[in-house]
Amino acid sequence: MSAAETEDRRSWMPYLLSAPALLLFIAIVLVPLAMTVLLSFHDWGQYKGIETVFILKNWREIWSDGYFHEVFLRTFRVAFLVTLLTAVLGAPEAYILSRMKSPWKGIFLLVVIGPLLISVVARTLGWALLFGGSGGVVNKALLNLGVISTPIPFMFTETGMMVALAHVLMPFMVLSVWAALQKLDPQIENAALSLGASQMTVLRRIVLPQIMPGILAGAIIVFALAASAFATPSIIGGRRLKVASTLAYDEFLNTLNWPLGAAVAVLLLIALVLIIVGSNRIIERRYAEVFR
Amino acid sequence: MAFLVLDGLTKRFGEHIAVENLSLAVEQGEFLALLGPSGCGKTTTLQMIAGFVTPTSGTITLAGQDLLAVKPAKRGLGIVFQSYALFPHMTAAENVAFGLEMQGVDKSERSRRVTEALELVGLGKFAERHPRRMSGGQQQRVALARALVIRPSILLLDEPLSNLDAKLREEMQIELRQIQRNVGTTTILVTHDQSEAMALSDRIAVMSQGRIEQIAPPHEAYERPATPFVANFLGKTNVLQAQVQSGQALLGEGRWPVPAGSPPRVLVTVRPEKIGFADGGAQALAGQVVTRIFQGNHWLYQVDTAHGRVTVIRQNSGETAPAEGEAVRLSWRQEDMSVRPAETAR
Repeated sequence: MSAAETEDRRSWMPYLLSAPALLLFIAIVLVPLAMTVLLSFHDWGQYKGIETVFILKNWREIWSDGYFHEVFLRTFRVAFLVTLLTAVLGAPEAYILSRMKSPWKGIFLLVVIGPLLISVVARTLGWALLFGGSGGVVNKALLNLGVISTPIPFMFTETGMMVALAHVLMPFMVLSVWAALQKLDPQIENAALSLGASQMTVLRRIVLPQIMPGILAGAIIVFALAASAFATPSIIGGRRLKVASTLAYDEFLNTLNWPLGAAVAVLLLIALVLIIVGSNRIIERRYAEVFR
Repeated sequence: MAFLVLDGLTKRFGEHIAVENLSLAVEQGEFLALLGPSGCGKTTTLQMIAGFVTPTSGTITLAGQDLLAVKPAKRGLGIVFQSYALFPHMTAAENVAFGLEMQGVDKSERSRRVTEALELVGLGKFAERHPRRMSGGQQQRVALARALVIRPSILLLDEPLSNLDAKLREEMQIELRQIQRNVGTTTILVTHDQSEAMALSDRIAVMSQGRIEQIAPPHEAYERPATPFVANFLGKTNVLQAQVQSGQALLGEGRWPVPAGSPPRVLVTVRPEKIGFADGGAQALAGQVVTRIFQGNHWLYQVDTAHGRVTVIRQNSGETAPAEGEAVRLSWRQEDMSVRPAETAR
C-alpha cells in the first residue's frame, strides 16, 4: 500500500467512524425537522385536511393574528421572568452551598439536584396539590386559619406557571453557578477583605463578576428550557393560558391543523436559537477575560 | 515595646493544636521569617495576624493597640497570598487601585499612587493587562504592588515565591529584599524554604509543631542552632554518636574537648562544609569515600566511618578531590562542632 493511499484512508477515517452517529442524527433529528419546516408551508382545511402545497398562509396567520402575538409574548415573558427568578434565588443559593462545611454541603447539594430525579409532571402536580383552588392543602390551611379570605390564585395564572417553572428549573441554575464558584480562588475573598472591602463589597465587586459567566450560562439553559417547557405550562396554565409549546400541541392533536402547529413550533425554534446565539455572543465578548 | 507583639497565642482546631502558646515580638521595619515544615502552624499564625483565623487564646498587639479587636478589613495589613489571589476580572492597575478605592482615596491621587506602585515593582508598562495574561512572576509583582500601595503597617507574605521556578525565585528574592528595604515596611514572611528565609529576613523564627524552636538572625540560627530540629531544618548536618572519656569526645583517632559535666554518651553535630580532609598526623576520623558527586561549585561526598555515614561538602577550589573508594581522614575545628547529651536526642 502506498503512502498516498494510507494518507487517503486516514483522512476518511473520522467520517467513517462518526457515520453511524451522524446517520442516526440525520434520521431522527434533521429529517423530522426538515419535514416540520415543510409542513408549515402546507395548507389545511376543516374538510379537506392537509394539502401538500407551498403557501405562506400559516405564517401570515401567525404574523397578523393578535392571539398568536399574545401567546408568543407570554412564552418569552414567562421564560424571561423564570430566568430572572432562578438567577436571583439560585446564585445566592449556590454561593451559600459552596460555603457550607463538609457533610452539609453534600446533603444540601443532593437536596438541590434531587428534584431532577422526579418527573416534571409529578413535581408540577405537587404545586397543584398545594395551591389548586380552595381545595389545595396550603390554601385550605390558610383559609381555615383565617390568614386569607379567598384562596391564593395559583392555577391558571402566569405567576403560578412561573413559580412552578422556576422550581423545576432551579437545579440547572444552581449547578451552573456552583461550577463557576468552584473555579474561584479560595483566598480571593480574604484578599479583598484585607484591602479594606466590606463583606457586601466583596460579594458585589469580587465574587459576582467572577461567577457572572456561570449565572449567564445557567440563564441560557433555564431560558431555553422555560420557553420550550410543555408539561408545567400545560398543567398549571391549561387551555386558558397557552404558551407556544402547548399551542403547537393543541393545533396538532386537538384542532388537527398540523401545518399551523408546525409553523408555531418552527417559529419557537427559530426565536430560541436567535435569542440564545445572540446572547451567547454578547456574553462571550463582555466576559472574555473571565472566560480565559 | 516592640511594634508587633504576639503573646501566648494558641489556636486549636478541635483536638489538633495548630499553634501553641506562641510569643513573638517584631520591631518596626524588621523583616521576620516564620520558617518551618508544612503543618508547623506558620500559616495559621499569619492568618491570625491577618484576622482570617480567630485565636483560641492569646493576644496580638500592633503599635500598642489590641489587633484582635479590629476586623480584618480594618487592620490595614498588606497580604501577598501564595496563589496571589489577584482579581481576574480587573486589570493590573484596577487590582492595585482596589485597596485605595476602599480607603476612599480620590481618583487623581489613586491613579498617581497606582502608577507609583506598579513602577516600584517594575510593571509600569503592564497597567492595563489582565492577570491571566501575565506570567507567574508578573502576577507576583502585581500582588506585591497591591499589598504595598495601601501603605500597610505590616506586610504579610504567605509563601510568596513558591509558585515560581527556581531562577525566577532567586531574582524575586533579591528584588523583594530591595523593595522591602526601600519602603521600610515591617514584613513577616511565611515559608518552608530555608534558603528563602535566610536570604530575605533579618531574623528567622523556626517553627515546629505549633511552637517556635528558635528566633535568631539567619547566620546565628545556622551556626548555633538551639535545638536538633533547627540544626536539621536549616541546611544539612551530620550527627555523630561519641563516647566521652576524661572530658574528651572520642571520634576515631580524634579527641575533641567537650563541655565539663557532659554525660558519657554525646551527640556531636558538624556541618558538612566545615569538615575537611586531613593530611594524616592531625587528629581525625578515618573513613572511606562511598560516593562523590560533582555539583559545579562544590563536591559532595558520602564518607563511611566507624561512627556512621558522614556528608562532606568541599569547595571546588582546584585541590585534588579524593576518588570513590579512597581512604580519607576527616577533621574539623573545635568551634565548628556542637555537643549535646545523647539522651535528649530526637
